Amino acid sequence: MHTHTAMSPSVPLQEMIRAIRSARTQCEERGVIQRECAAIRAQFRQADNGGRSHNLAKLLYVHMLGYPAHFGQMECVRMIASPRYSEKRVGYLGAMMLLDEKQDASLLITNSIKNDLSHSNQYVQSLALCTLACMGSAEMCRDLAPEIDRLLRASNSYIKKKAALCAVHIVRKVHELGELFVPAARSLLSEKNHGVLHGAVVLIIELCEQNPETLERFRKTVPDLVQIMKGLVLSGYSPEHDVAGISDPFLQVRILRLLRILGRNNEGASDSMNDLLAQVATNTDSTKTVGNAVLYETVLTVLDIKSESGLRVLAVNILGRFLLNNDRNIRYIAMTSLQKIVGTDHNAVQRHRGTIVDCLKDQDASVKRRALELSLALVSASNIRSMMKELLLFLSSCPPELRAHAASGIFNAAERYAPSQRWHIDTMLHVLITAGGDVRDETVPNLIQLITNASELHCYTVHKLYRALLLDISQQSLVQVACWCIGEYGDLLLKGDCQETEPVQVTEDDALDALETVLQSHMSSPATRGFALTATMKLSTRITDNVDRIRSIVSIYGSCIDVELQQRAVEYNALFRKYDHMRAAVLERMPVIEKNSPGHTNGESTGEAVKDVPTAKMKQGEPLLLQQPANQVCDLLDLLGGSEETLQPGPAVDCLVSGLSVHAAGTAGGDLLDLLGGFEPAELSPAPQVLAYDKGGVTLTLSCEKQSDTGLTVTLTASNSSDSDLSSFTLQAAVPKSVQLHMKAPSGDSLPARGTAKVTQMVVLNNPNKVNLKMRVRVSYTRQGSPFQDTVQIDSFPGLDAAGQ
Amino acid sequence: MFTERMYQHNLMRFLLLFSRQGKLRLQKWFTPLTDREKKKVIRDVMALVLARPPRSCNFLHWRDIKVVYKRYASLYFCTGLEDQDNELLTLEVLHRYVELLDKYFGNVCELDIIFNFEKAYYILDEFLMGGEVLETSKVAVSVSMENADTLQETMEEYMNRPAF
Repeated sequence: MHTHTAMSPSVPLQEMIRAIRSARTQCEERGVIQRECAAIRAQFRQADNGGRSHNLAKLLYVHMLGYPAHFGQMECVRMIASPRYSEKRVGYLGAMMLLDEKQDASLLITNSIKNDLSHSNQYVQSLALCTLACMGSAEMCRDLAPEIDRLLRASNSYIKKKAALCAVHIVRKVHELGELFVPAARSLLSEKNHGVLHGAVVLIIELCEQNPETLERFRKTVPDLVQIMKGLVLSGYSPEHDVAGISDPFLQVRILRLLRILGRNNEGASDSMNDLLAQVATNTDSTKTVGNAVLYETVLTVLDIKSESGLRVLAVNILGRFLLNNDRNIRYIAMTSLQKIVGTDHNAVQRHRGTIVDCLKDQDASVKRRALELSLALVSASNIRSMMKELLLFLSSCPPELRAHAASGIFNAAERYAPSQRWHIDTMLHVLITAGGDVRDETVPNLIQLITNASELHCYTVHKLYRALLLDISQQSLVQVACWCIGEYGDLLLKGDCQETEPVQVTEDDALDALETVLQSHMSSPATRGFALTATMKLSTRITDNVDRIRSIVSIYGSCIDVELQQRAVEYNALFRKYDHMRAAVLERMPVIEKNSPGHTNGESTGEAVKDVPTAKMKQGEPLLLQQPANQVCDLLDLLGGSEETLQPGPAVDCLVSGLSVHAAGTAGGDLLDLLGGFEPAELSPAPQVLAYDKGGVTLTLSCEKQSDTGLTVTLTASNSSDSDLSSFTLQAAVPKSVQLHMKAPSGDSLPARGTAKVTQMVVLNNPNKVNLKMRVRVSYTRQGSPFQDTVQIDSFPGLDAAGQ
Repeated sequence: MFTERMYQHNLMRFLLLFSRQGKLRLQKWFTPLTDREKKKVIRDVMALVLARPPRSCNFLHWRDIKVVYKRYASLYFCTGLEDQDNELLTLEVLHRYVELLDKYFGNVCELDIIFNFEKAYYILDEFLMGGEVLETSKVAVSVSMENADTLQETMEEYMNRPAF
């Protein structure tokens, strides 16, 4: 091709390319290129030698390989100004490759472009138009717009089509210039040349999208567009424009796009294109991609305008057919389209649910992803069972990057449409077994909350989880839930008989073996081991024979390196040794966890994963409330007159254990308070004090402080004016059922004689239903070796009105 | 970088031709990007496309654009689209370009495009402009190329030739 070599010594383009390609290493290549660039630079500096276009072409090749070529920018400018077409051609190419609107050099070619736009030779004009449309800056566009408009009206087809797309670029760069091109664009629609027509349609689309008023004006062209389209669809074979039986698919698609824009939100326009769209939809041959491209655009148009329902159904059915197409591309775009309309045309899309679900099994990752999105959107109460089967099947074999999304989608669907609790629990377990590593953190407490709520299923659940645990202890979330259940419902596990599953005999040792395996496994995360240890501890009140084994496990972990585990083990040890009388109550069955209750956050409510041990020295007052086993607590309820009012022990009994500090080591004998040791007595609030109790020298005053609309803090202060010291002084409180109560730890438990020291205790109340606030307080202490108890009812609180608000 | 251009409803944002070894053979940009941005697009898109298993779907997502690609012998033809554009038609556009190259070079292969890269660009510029299809007729593009080549190969100065 490039046979004429210049007088210059530089190597013609193709020889250079050969030389570069034969370099064996990157280093060698760089060497060749450096040499060539040096030669090219030298050539640029010389006068016109006839080989300039070769040099620039060489530079452009080097640029394409990724090497710097900015020293060629000025050469481009010079070449463009040359009278020779060969040089202009390369010069303009160079400008498009090396210059962009941000470079100063690009301004320098404005004049050349201007001149070349009115050149006598259309191929020169074409170069200018092409370059302007490629990298013309806003300024250049403003400058040359009138010239482009002129070319749109008075030139041959070759130039007109280029001018049209050049106008598109101008309008994108400088929106206000749109107005200038409207008349010309309108008249171009009556051209016969397809290239010009196509350019006109593209230009009109751009003008309409930029300016709503222009759009209004162009609506009048809908009948013309319909005519043109009809001509294309119904005409016979046209060799020049035929692509696999479709006449000019590019133009057809563009016209359909314009019709979409004009028909959007406009009944009249939509009506007038209805028939045409139906015709295209039914007549277009869908055996090849090109036909499907036109059908696809038709469907998009139908769904976007105000089409009549019959046409909409037709469109969705086309998408449904696409789903069955062998071509993966077509299935993919069908699903993206269905995804867009699953909200608005839900029922129509539901009809194709079967096919969509089948696409979950497609080999292609893109198709799978789309199918997952769409399947999740199509889940409803009526199809939940069958859909979930498919989704779970998908989850077991889906690509790793989709697992988290699939798992969370399944959880959401299960939560919304679960037909039964057992199904819900089974589903969540299945997900944990299959994809436990990809689920979110809140899944564990969520599932636990669900399980506690399904009380009839506790036996079934614990058996199922136990079996799962035996099979696989690597999925942390599953293991955590399983441990929690075994701890909590261990008694049910050991009983062996369960209606819903086959009976299997689980011995105490079996259960403890399972938990110990988790404790010792290197696969278990620290949090999981925490779960396992606490579960082991809980079992101590649910089994009969192997308590010693538990004792020894717990004591071993008292010297564990993991601080978290060590702390727990030490606390549990303490529970065994010093507070054995409290153990049963502390470890008893937990109440049902309410969703979004204060205790239901981050798993801490279950008392297991205590990620941040409370730093405040004030510990919760629960231990004092639970000195008596459960049945004696109920006695307090009787005092309050029946079941309406219940003691409020707080959401999670297990928190007791986590609340104890680690001061136990080194404390000789001592009582509970040493363990809680070292907190400051609560400040007496300056709020008004009311005497609530006065007997035997013991007085109890209280003051209140409103914290919020429903929240209140009550401070009880006890004092002893008698002559003898009082020890083991404790207060217990009960409030009406809907009121939440939270007792903070008291300042102490001894009231020395003659009021030398006081005991204070804070009680936090929350009265969301704003009921009449009452509080019953039980006072107990030991005086000279004899225990004493008394009760007082507080009906009014200082600082609140009569209704206790 | 693409998301800033709100109103650019191009058919295409760029066209890249590259080999299986990741060597770029042609790059055409239909939106203004800095050199750095261009290099990033090339790197990322090439990596994504070259990693695709053989019988995959020809569409994938990258940032806010759809990438449409098709492999012809040893070359990947790859373009980036607006989200609302018709991917199936884009496949036809890529195919049409290949046909035009084939007609011009006669059984085109990668070497033709390497050694005559400027011709590949000239053909492209007769087929697409500003990211849109310029000429829908194969014959018309071929004729334009022939005429332009003829014009180039004559040694006569422009001034002496009659206007077309």
